[in-house]
Formats: sequence, structure tokens, C-alpha cells
Amino acid sequence: MYEFNYHKPASLDEIANLLAANDEAKLLAGGMTLLPTLKQRLARPSDLIDLAAITSLRGITDAGDAIVIGAMTRHAEVNRSPVVKQGLPALAAMAGMIGDPAVRNRGTIGGSISNNDPAADYPSALVALNATVHTTKREIAADNFFTGMFETALEPAEIVTAVRFPKLQIANYQKFRNPASRYAIVGVFVARFPNAVRVAVTGAGPVVFRVPEMEAALTQNFSPDAIKDITIKEDGLNSDIHASAEYRAHLVGVMARRAVAACG
Amino acid sequence: MTTVGAPVRRREDYRFLTGQGTYTDDINRPNQLYAYILRSPHAHARIDGIDSAAAAKAPGVVAVFTGKDMAADGVGGLPCGWLVHSKDGSPMKEPPHPPLAIDRVRHVGDPVAVVIGETLAQAREAADLVEIDYGEEPAVVDPAEALKPTAPLVFSDVPGNLCYDWSLGDLAAVDAAFARAARIVKLDLVNNRLVPNAMEPRAAIGEFYRATGEYTLFTTSQNPHVIRLLMGAFVLHIPEAKLRVVAPDVGGGFGSKIYHYAEEAIVTWAAGKLRRPVKWTAERSESFMSDAHGRDHVTHVELALDADAKFLALKVSTIANMGAYLSTFAPCIPTYLYGTLLAGTYPTPAIYVETKAVFTHTVPVDAYRGAGRPEATFLLERIVDLAADELGIDPAELRRRNFIPADAFPYQTPVALQYDSGDYQTTLEMATSAADYAGCEERRRAAMARGKLRGIGIATYIEACGIAPSAVVGSLGARAGLYESAAIRVHPTGSVTVMTGSHSHGQGHETTFSQLVADRLGIPIENVEIVHGDTAKIPYGMGTNGSRSLAVGGTAIVKAMDKVIAKGKKIAAHLLEAAEADIEFADGKFTVAGTDRSKTLGEVALTAYVPHNYPEDLEPGLDETAFYDPKNFTFPSGAYVAEVEIDPETGRLEIVNFTAADDFGNIINPMIVAGQVHGGLAQGIGQAVLEGCVYDKATGQLLTGSYNDYAMPRADDLPSFRLSTHATPCTHNPLGVKGCGEAGAIGAPAALTNAIVDALRPLGVRHVDMPATPEKLWRVIQQHRSPLAAE
Ligand SMILES: Cc1cc2nc3c(=O)[nH]c(=O)nc-3n(C[C@H](O)[C@H](O)[C@H](O)COP(=O)(O)OP(=O)(O)OC[C@H]3O[C@@H](n4cnc5c(N)ncnc54)[C@H](O)[C@@H]3O)c2cc1C
Repeated sequence: MYEFNYHKPASLDEIANLLAANDEAKLLAGGMTLLPTLKQRLARPSDLIDLAAITSLRGITDAGDAIVIGAMTRHAEVNRSPVVKQGLPALAAMAGMIGDPAVRNRGTIGGSISNNDPAADYPSALVALNATVHTTKREIAADNFFTGMFETALEPAEIVTAVRFPKLQIANYQKFRNPASRYAIVGVFVARFPNAVRVAVTGAGPVVFRVPEMEAALTQNFSPDAIKDITIKEDGLNSDIHASAEYRAHLVGVMARRAVAACG
Repeated sequence: MTTVGAPVRRREDYRFLTGQGTYTDDINRPNQLYAYILRSPHAHARIDGIDSAAAAKAPGVVAVFTGKDMAADGVGGLPCGWLVHSKDGSPMKEPPHPPLAIDRVRHVGDPVAVVIGETLAQAREAADLVEIDYGEEPAVVDPAEALKPTAPLVFSDVPGNLCYDWSLGDLAAVDAAFARAARIVKLDLVNNRLVPNAMEPRAAIGEFYRATGEYTLFTTSQNPHVIRLLMGAFVLHIPEAKLRVVAPDVGGGFGSKIYHYAEEAIVTWAAGKLRRPVKWTAERSESFMSDAHGRDHVTHVELALDADAKFLALKVSTIANMGAYLSTFAPCIPTYLYGTLLAGTYPTPAIYVETKAVFTHTVPVDAYRGAGRPEATFLLERIVDLAADELGIDPAELRRRNFIPADAFPYQTPVALQYDSGDYQTTLEMATSAADYAGCEERRRAAMARGKLRGIGIATYIEACGIAPSAVVGSLGARAGLYESAAIRVHPTGSVTVMTGSHSHGQGHETTFSQLVADRLGIPIENVEIVHGDTAKIPYGMGTNGSRSLAVGGTAIVKAMDKVIAKGKKIAAHLLEAAEADIEFADGKFTVAGTDRSKTLGEVALTAYVPHNYPEDLEPGLDETAFYDPKNFTFPSGAYVAEVEIDPETGRLEIVNFTAADDFGNIINPMIVAGQVHGGLAQGIGQAVLEGCVYDKATGQLLTGSYNDYAMPRADDLPSFRLSTHATPCTHNPLGVKGCGEAGAIGAPAALTNAIVDALRPLGVRHVDMPATPEKLWRVIQQHRSPLAAE
């Protein structure tokens, strides 16, 4: 780890000032990704700005037909929240599949989506559920938020404050875990809205993506059979010692069918 | 009051579970400095120059040392403790292994320089300023590739990268048996390379006392006396009387903490040079690239059978990866701890094995839980299963037909060992009935209906542990004896301190040994303290490895107690005015036979230390030391049954049942034994389905250098184990004990792989290499016709 200055400001304004004053500053949420990166000396921020004291960033709100989850809300809190369990059970279940208990007790939704690891779970949930990312500057549709591997639409000094999810009962996330890291080798989130179906895939490619062919077929006929002949091209998919692109492409189909089946 | 055989709670756990253990990294010495070790980022490169001037001037930096500095000071190379000879009688190639590389680096992680600073952060920061001019050269990481004539050489004077070409057994007899065999079964297999991953990373603190010229090394070791001997005599030339080695609480070893490592020598030497203590603690990523790895064999095996499916002969040819240098005991693992085990539980009359040990540009390979015996068991139990398949005989039946019968002991194998006891039919029967082996076909059909491929697999194993008779291992090339020591100090008021040469790094010796002593001496367990791990406190001991602690170290304790009791009888006879021959010792009392006149151990001890009324020719005190050199290895054995289900769509595997029946001889503490079996099984299952160390073939980079990529078994990867034991006591140690530390890791890989192959057998699959990862299984299923699709 390189040396850095540590700040724990009490307001978003103070953070904005700190960020404006230090180009090399970084926000610290749960630290589950950032701290290992620092320990391996893969990042060298001049300043760490801890979001922990900003109470407005934490918590889950029932907003009628939607649920708003503050950026600093821990995965374990989403997993256990009665509001989420009731209004969006698939999301509560997904949060319970992230990493291990220690990671779930520290890691946050804001940190996870801002980091946008290609194998992270949340991106698929946001995209499939057509969520909206709230930041200190604007609102961004999930479809436009995840722009590339470890890249998002966030501008410098822009902070995620919350994510707004529409409530939805018919949705399911199927995750094929990497046996070592427990991240997704492939994760498929299927969400059935009254007149549309959204299918979002994480882990398989450099960034979360939707499968329009499956969405169209499932909108017509919401059953595993409807997508059984749809194959995913392996071009551009991830390939590493854990899974080849060919295997990942195959798993997308399997996980999608299982997610549809699990929707009942 | 008897505690032997009872599941006494581990006395050490309060300390460990409440965070009060004292591990090496918990120790801080006054005025201590910190070492950061620069390691090679390349698999193979020349060191064309090192410029440390800027680093040396960085804030807080006290010194930067290189391999040349150590060599200039006369520091020697890390020695190898075992000499193996090739078939042609020539000694193995033993290239130099300087603690810091001098002109060439030979694996990713090879130490190149050390930066020593007032703080670790300062040393780490300054390390970035050390400029090392590397000239990269091609590397070879695969052991079979390394033997090819075009392979890059790890050492220019070791042609073909061949360290030795060893053999054991009667080739002519084997060839003759193959010539008349009714059936020959052949298999090529790989025993995957593993990273040991003890929970506590290695650490070392060197300290020099200017006033006395004495050195102390605190280190994460399984055998502090071995380190003192190797480092003192061969590397740093410090007389043993001036060198104390302390291995305090150690958080797991699995073999990887047996060896003498470069960092121990570096911090001790630097402490002497700088006159200040120097501390080093590995980061986890350093552990991956510097702790000795395990396994890594490529093997061809052939089994010859007669018309009754009896085993006639076994022929094995193995290439074993040594890595870039010879680790302390590396040469003996794929030879004397491997070839000698190839009889397994069977009376195969002719066996021949040859092993080519090769150097590659990888981390050195040495003993890892089981050490050679898992490799032997894996190939033997795989070829037996394959034979059963090819002959259409049930695998349990083929084993039963071939076992060494229970009345055949002692049994002399054709590969040097003589088994003292065992009962393989019974453990197989116990395991198969507990696993409902007979019902597996029905479960297979039920699984098929759910779209799953289910399979069941058996493995039996034998291991040689309680290592080992010194004369025997000496004749096989060991440069050490393998006895064990113990000292029993009965204090004036009757409490007892036991100094053992064994070392506990998770095994629970403080409990097991206390049970033994409390029982024999008839005192409460609370009155017994076990001391280990400090060369200044304990007699010269060989430490803990190869499941030797109870069989060898425990026996040494018994021998020392025998001496205490013998002396106590003399004192009691004097006090009771009786003949020594009439004194009996039981339940903590010395009694005149046939009377109620007695003295307690406490009374006798007090008399020994306050000898006012005392036998004339007897020395005061009650403090005895014993060394025990075992007469033979011990031979734990057993049978494991694994049952799995594979999801053919994804290749995902679930272990649905795992049943073990082990023969460890007599058992002192069944709870500790169960814990050892659980841990061993977890590691064996890890090898079979999760763990695999991967190097990039082109660059020699370590691709599985962290837990992100190296899959360690977690609790939820494992089923609930069904365990049982059956005892045929060891015949040559007074406790009748055999050892239990490695069994799980030895038997599980074969049982699980057999189950996986059984599940895939309907598709025509013959073999699947470890680790059986989901993609590997999915591909195997893709390559064969799916019986599910056909339905
Ligand atoms: C062992 C382990 C296993 C894991 N397994 C999984 C898994 O299975 N699935 C999965 O999805 N994830 C997994 N993770 C990642 C985990 O979910 C982390 O929580 C997540 O990656 C980052 O969240 P964090 O709160 O820890 O963020 P931090 O590490 O604190 O920050 C991550 C990045 O986001 C930035 N950031 C943080 N908050 C904000 C904000 N509000 N606005 C703008 N930028 C922000 C930071 O500056 C930093 O660049 C795992 C992590 C570990 C260590």
C-alpha cells in the first residue's frame, strides 16, 4: 500500500470540495475492492474519502411502486431487508449470493456498481430490472450506466447516491459461480414486466449485456422452451483459466433457461 | 481416571479461539527492523546488474543486500536433506541454491534482494527504487516438456534438466509377469500441482545478541531443530550452541513448513550484520510463489492381471517436477515415499517403478500432506478401478479378491516395506455398508430421472508413516535420523512438564500428549504441561511430519515416563522400606505389592528434590530424557467411498456422500482424530475437484497466484462426512498407534475421481484428470454421447 491522506467528511458538499481539490482522490465505500487494490499497489490515490459518515447514503426506502437503495447500503442489508424481500425478492436473493458473509457485511451497492467488475452480480440486476442510478449530478438509466469493463457513465467527482428499482415479483437470478473467487463466471438475471421481458448477463463478457433475441422470444412465450434454440456467440466473451468463451456462451443459455423456469 | 480414548476437548483451543496464540508475526523484538524481499517477476532471466544506490538512500532504509553480499560473507546455499541415486548408481544432480539469487533467477518469486528498513512501509517503498537489470530467457514449467531435448535448461550443467532417474523393483520379474498376463490395463494420468496454503503465512525474525554472540531465529517451522542444524551448519556457519530456533504457535504447515527457507537465513544473517532484530512476514501472494508446492507428477501405469483377475504385476513410470531448486526433502518424495507404497493393500508379487525427477522454472516442490503417498494411491486405485471396468467386475469385488488377507501379516511387499498389521476387508466392508454401496444403482436411476449423472467410487489406501527407522532411511539416502525425543520433568510437588521434540501446528499435541501422560502417571490432565518448538527448551527433536508425532514422539514420551517410573520405584522402595522389585506403580501411586502401603508420585517427587531421606547411590531429581528410534514405519489404511452427482448441462459437480473407514491403530483422542480426517479429506477433495496450480506454459508466469484464481475448498464445497474407525494395533510401538494426519488427503482424490468416472462411465469415459472442474466435466460430457439425450 502507498501512503495516502484519509478523510471522513460529514456532508456531500465537503466531499465535492475534496474531490475538486484533489484529482488523485478516490472514494472509499465498503473497501472490499479498493483496499485489496491498494494493498497490491495497483492504485495510488493521493487521498481516500470515506463515505461512511454520510448517513443519507445508507438505507432502503419503500417508495410505493419502487424501492430506493442508498449507495452505502451493504449487500447483507439488501439481502435481509423485508422491503426488498417483499417487493423485489429476486434482488434480495441475488445480494445473498455475493461473495461470503464478510464481503456482504462490508460491500455496498454503490461501490459495486461504480466499480463495475465484469463478473459482479449487481450490474445484471440493475439492467434487467431497468433500474435508475441516482448521482450527485443526475439520474442515469441502468442501460446507459455500465459502459465498459470497469467503466461507467460516472464523471469525475460524480458520486452515486442511490439506486431506484421498480418493484417486480416475476424475476430471477441464476449465478454460476467461479469456484475460486465466487464471482459470477456467468450470471443471468431475467425480469418479466407486464409487457416486456429483460434478460441481462454478467460475467460472460467485458461488461453486462442484454440478450434481445431472448427478450423477444420470452415476451411472446415466457417459458424455457422459448429460448432453447437461441445460442450466444462466443466472440468477444471472456476467456480465462476458469472458463473458455465457448463454455461461457453455453452457460448463458443454461442459466437463462433456469432463471425463466425458476420464475414459475 | 482414564482419559485415553476419550474425546477430551483441545486444551489449546481456548488460546487459539480467543486470539491469544503467539504466532511468529505476533512477536516483536526491541529495536526491530523489517525486511522486504524483492522477488523475480520472471520465470527465467539473467541478472545483468542490480543498482540499489537510490533505495539505500531512501528514508528509513538501513540496508539493501543482494546475493553477492551474502556470498561475499561466506553464506552457503540452502542444503538438501536427502540424496537419491539414479538407476546407474550416479548421485542426483544437486545444483547450488543461494538464499538470494546471484546471477540468474529461476522461477517467478525467486528472491533477488532484501531491503531492510525501520518500518515495513519504508522498506517496501524503497524496494521500488532497486533497479534490477534482467535479461529474460525462455522458461519451461511442465515436467514432461522439461525432459525434451529442445527445452530451456534450468541449470547449464544439468543436461536435460534431469535431477535423477531412479528405479525400484524387479523389472525382469515384472516383464515376465506381463508376458504371461491374461489382461493388461494401461493409463496415463497427471497428479496436479498444489499450493499448500497454510492459514498462517510464513514469517521469521532473526536476532543477534552482541554481548554473547548468540543468535535467535523465530520462525514458522514444523521442526526447529532441523532448521537449526541446516541453517547453522550449512548456510550461516553458526555453532549450534550459539543458535536458538523457536517455532512458537504455528498456524498450519501441511509439510510446507518443514523446509529450511531462504528468508530464515536472510533475516538471521542480516540481524548479525546490522546488530538489530530483523523481521519478515510473507504476504499471501508471496506464499503462493515461495512456499514449496506439492505433487506435480506425470505418470504412465500398467497393471497385469491373470485369468482370475488377480494382480500379477505393476509397472509405473513417473516424471516428477522438482521445481527450480531442490527443497529440503524433495528428492525422497517421488521415490521412497512413493515407489515403496505401490503395493497398496494388494499382494501384487512384482512391482517396478521408475521416476525421472526434473528441474523446471517453477517454485520448488516438496512434501505436502501425504507426500508421495497420495500420488501412489491415486494411480493404484485408478488403475484398479479401470481394470474392474475393463473386466466387467464390480470394483469392490475386484479389491476384495485381491486384498492382502488379514492373516498374512507381517507382510513383505516387493517394494521394500514390511507391513506389520492391517485388515483391509473389514474397513472396505465398513465403508461400503455405511455408504449403502449396494443401493447405488437405484440412486443412480433416481438421479437420471432428475437429469443428473450419479456415480460412486471406492478407494482403499495404505500409508507408511510414523517416519521412520533411522538406519533404514539412512540407507535410502536421508541425511538425518528420524527418531524422536522427549524429556519429562516431574516437579517437586508432582506436576509435570513434558518437553517434546514433536511440533504442534494444529494437531492438538497439547491435548493428546497430556492425555497420555496424565493416564500413565495417574495425575490430573491439568497438572501436565507440554512444551515444544524451542531448541533452548526441548531435547534434540525431528519435529512433526509424516504423521509421526504420536507413533514416534508419543513413544519417546512413554519411554521417558518409563524411566521416571523406574527411578520413582527406587525412591518409593527406600521410603517404604521395601525391595524395589516389590514396588508397583499404578494410578499415580507406588505401592508395595500386596499391601496398602504406598507413596504418591508427588511424595516421591518431593523426596527426589528434597533428598533428606534418600537412597545412597541415587541421583536427586526426577527428570528423564528418552530418544526413540522406531523399528518400522506404521501402516494406517482404510477405505473411502465417494458419491457424486454431475449436472450434465453445466458440468457442475456435487459431492452427495463421503464415507471413510480408517484403521489408525489405537486411538488416544477420537475427536482430534476425526478433526484430522476432516481436514485431510477437505484437502484431498480440494485436489480432486478444485485446486490446481497453473503456470503459463509460454511465459512461466504463475496464473493461480491468489485466492481469486486458486480454488481452496470451503465448508460449503464439502458434504457431511461419515467416519468410522477400526483398529488393528501397530505391533512395534508400545501405544499400538499408527497416525492419522494424512489419510484423508491420501485416499480422497482417488475415491472422488473414481466416483466421477463412474458417473460418466455410461458415456464411455475412462479417466478424468484432476481437478475435475465444471468446464472439464462439461467438455468430457460434450465429447461423449449423452445417455440423457438418448432417452
Ligand atoms: C472475496 C470477495 C468476493 C467477492 N465476491 C463478489 C461476488 O460474488 N459478486 C460481486 O458482485 N462482488 C463480489 N465482490 C465485490 C464486492 O461486492 C464489493 O463490495 C464491490 O466490488 C465493491 O463495493 P465496496 O462497497 O466494497 O466498494 P469499494 O471497494 O470501497 O470501492 C470500489 C470502487 O467504487 C468507488 N465508489 C465506491 N462508492 C462509490 C460511490 N457511491 N460513488 C462513486 N464511486 C464509488 C470507489 O472509489 C472504488 O473505485 C467480492 C469481493 C471480495 C473481496
